[in-house]
Amino acid sequence: MAQPHVIVVGTGPAGVRCAETLVAAGLTPTVVDEGRRDGGQIYRRQPEGFKRSYAKLYGSEAKKAEDLHCSFEAIRPKVDYRPETLAWNVTANKLHVLHDGNHTAALSFDALVVCSGATDRLMPVEGWNLAGCYSLGAAQIALKSQACAIGRRVVFMGTGPLLYLVASQYVQAGATVLAVLDTSRFSQRVRALPALAVRPGLLLKGIALNRILRKAGVAVHSGITPLRITGAAATGVQGVTVLDGNGSERNFDCDAVALGYHLRAESQLADLARCEFQFDSESRQWLPKIDRDGRSTISGVYLAGDGAHLLGADGAEAAGSLAALAVLSDLGQPPSPDQMPRLRRTLDKMDRFRRGLIKAFPWPHAQAAALPDSAVVCRCETITAGELRRVVNDMGGSEMNRAKAFSRVGMGRCQGRFCGHAAAEVVAHAAGIPIEMVGRLRGQGPVKPLPMAALENPGAANV
Amino acid sequence: MTGGRFIRLAETVRAPLQLMADGKPIAALEGDTLLVALLGSVGHLRHSEFGDGVRSGFCLMGACQDCWVWTESGERLRACTTVVREGLRVTTEPLEATWPNRT
Amino acid sequence: MGAASAFFLRKRGRSVILLERGLVGQQASGVNFGNVRRQGRYLPQLPLAHRSRAIWGQMKELLGDDAEFLVTGHVRGVYDEAQAAVVEEYAKDARGWGLDLELVGGSEFRRRFPFFGAGVICGSYSPNDGHANPRLAAPAFGRAAARAGARVIENCEVLAIDKDGEDFRMQAADGRTFRAPSALICAGAWGDKLSAAFGEPVPLTPHGPSMGVTEPVPYGIIPVVGVSSKVAHEVVYFRQVKRGNIVFGGGLRGPAYPDLKRAYVLPENLLRQLRELRRLAPELGKLQVLRTWSGIEGYMRDELPVMGPSGRISGLYYAFGFCGHGFQLGPGVGDVMAELIDTGATTTPIEPFHIQRFAASPATAQTTPRAAASATA
Repeated sequence: MAQPHVIVVGTGPAGVRCAETLVAAGLTPTVVDEGRRDGGQIYRRQPEGFKRSYAKLYGSEAKKAEDLHCSFEAIRPKVDYRPETLAWNVTANKLHVLHDGNHTAALSFDALVVCSGATDRLMPVEGWNLAGCYSLGAAQIALKSQACAIGRRVVFMGTGPLLYLVASQYVQAGATVLAVLDTSRFSQRVRALPALAVRPGLLLKGIALNRILRKAGVAVHSGITPLRITGAAATGVQGVTVLDGNGSERNFDCDAVALGYHLRAESQLADLARCEFQFDSESRQWLPKIDRDGRSTISGVYLAGDGAHLLGADGAEAAGSLAALAVLSDLGQPPSPDQMPRLRRTLDKMDRFRRGLIKAFPWPHAQAAALPDSAVVCRCETITAGELRRVVNDMGGSEMNRAKAFSRVGMGRCQGRFCGHAAAEVVAHAAGIPIEMVGRLRGQGPVKPLPMAALENPGAANV
Repeated sequence: MTGGRFIRLAETVRAPLQLMADGKPIAALEGDTLLVALLGSVGHLRHSEFGDGVRSGFCLMGACQDCWVWTESGERLRACTTVVREGLRVTTEPLEATWPNRT
Repeated sequence: MGAASAFFLRKRGRSVILLERGLVGQQASGVNFGNVRRQGRYLPQLPLAHRSRAIWGQMKELLGDDAEFLVTGHVRGVYDEAQAAVVEEYAKDARGWGLDLELVGGSEFRRRFPFFGAGVICGSYSPNDGHANPRLAAPAFGRAAARAGARVIENCEVLAIDKDGEDFRMQAADGRTFRAPSALICAGAWGDKLSAAFGEPVPLTPHGPSMGVTEPVPYGIIPVVGVSSKVAHEVVYFRQVKRGNIVFGGGLRGPAYPDLKRAYVLPENLLRQLRELRRLAPELGKLQVLRTWSGIEGYMRDELPVMGPSGRISGLYYAFGFCGHGFQLGPGVGDVMAELIDTGATTTPIEPFHIQRFAASPATAQTTPRAAASATA
């Protein structure tokens, strides 16, 4: 019997563990990744020739990072590995990829496991379109992957554990961090402690990070309200102004801002595969529906990791393995009976922690309503909150795709990755309707920009 | 800002190389992304099409698509995922309006 | 079609209820290429197209919204002498129908249209055609109709329709019933279900256009650009908007599912389209495609719309199935249908589109591929 074709998209924690599990069962999956190196984002590998140690790069996560990278090295000769290959669309049982510049291929599959990960989740603030404003993840990638700080004097703003992690990494690497500005209030974090305590190690790490920051003299403020990022069009960021927890205005002169509010699932391939989505009211975002093992609503399509369910890196590793076991099970190779229940229990624990994180560091959706009309919401198209509100009020565009059609929000190069959530909040508030009723931007191919020079693939579908 | 937007903190002992940006030579190190190389000298990557100024990238992970740069020969490079090579010639200026015309 | 008809009926003082299953302009009206084109049309359709073109020029005054209409001209290129003869013939005939086209070749062709690829040997130019934003046009008519006093009811699916005495009765999914002595069916790719309910089935097949758009680049291509060819996949077209994006379409269509209200661009169709676009204007090959989309267009077997009064029932009218070439006609269709419904006749000839032409053989056969696929864009 011919071996089933399984394609894994992504070589972050979920993708690597998925591929590893499939290989262990005797399969030779195709592993597709857009990047040059494996590792994903949180365990992003530095370029060849860079010399920093794992401890320096990944701190407390050094062992996990090294394990993951070694695991991939071990299975690399046993998989059909396609780096620098962009999965730009998916149709029934075919993954459409771009590789080597302008070459395309249609890869057939019996099962597809999408481990596409996440990006930062952004809430716009006036001036965030100035040069020098980056996502939190970008600030971390600049350090990890290029040994750079994003500026001479950096302010970190947003919420979530990543805020403190990256800021402390910057401090330890010798960068100048002026302030860490958290929109969440200390009281929210205290209330979330019971849920967070399900992963005590992580809680302790969080406390340790705070200590590093305070020792370095970094101003740490909670309960802040971002007001504006100031600067000049020609030269970029010059400062950040916020209201502190007591309502006083505070200004920080800086040349770079790292901004982020947790994560946002990269779910475009799931959308193109016609997977059903559902609204998660706690985190106020739409996520693809999966069963507890990672099966989507489309037979043969599995979703694992932060691209489906934002459980973080450890959760992604477990989800990747579990999805692989689900694939094997569905292909007639059921795993030994204890494997899946154990992974499910791990994921349940991760999920309790995830919900605690949402309580501790909530998505500050009310900031969308408070955005001044002049604040840019869609960075790609430079569309302001005022223009979006006008479309709702004057043109009746209260459904997200309609609002997009009328305002151009979400029509730019990033296709709504960084403006979509906040835009929906602006629309919901302007229309006076619940956020869920606004809906979500409809996914359309290509997943990322496709060159007009892309060539048709010459033969029949490559396998 | 006239360059030096990103600050090198480590890994500075790498082979140097040179590329051209807006017709001027700029220095980079082997392993730099085009983004890091440009931000180290020019300070920005492109101009926003819609009048709100220069852009210098945003997500650094190939998601935001804000860092696309033109080469002098008319190719597109995503600066955060492109590794620099010796002799690369890029421009941070937009195409001319005559861009579609065949020579 | 519905939104424009509602607007013009109000202008004539008629009371109007516009029932829309989803949102005004959400289907074919909102996803098409946006060509405001008379060149290339079936010649007897030109009077309607001229009337519509006149209204396009007045959108701002009429609706307060010009839907980004630009008079940029429209040029169709050809790849061989045989097709050059075809467009020459068309230009000669079109003059008689009131459309003046310029045949441009040689060095003047290269000078005026320097973006064309080497394989494009000459072209036919229509100076007063142009393009507009399809996402804005129908909704603008809908809002203007409402301001003029039409009852515009969105998110209202009509489940059943019949004639009850003197009145037509529309039963909506939410339980409401609407009655009126006249009814106009402009339900696009779903129009055939409603016409069939009145004993007038028609051979309509849904198709999904293959649409796409590039990143914004400096505004350097003014006219709408298309191709005249007998080969379906060669017939691609594009237009650059002032913001700089290039919208493109054409080539082979994709699958459309009216029941699901979804249609898809097939990756292989997109890649072939890109190849043909590079052939048509090579420098397009520098750009990036940001997004593709499709929609549900209704195609009639003979590639002409259904428009005019019912052949069987008085007070019933139709305007649907515009075969992917209805965008330019929208304002004109609205104006003509309003005139027809209001006065019983219209000065614009629309007999070729009468639903009665299908009375003899209405079977919904597969659409026969049009042998002479001169540009339908």
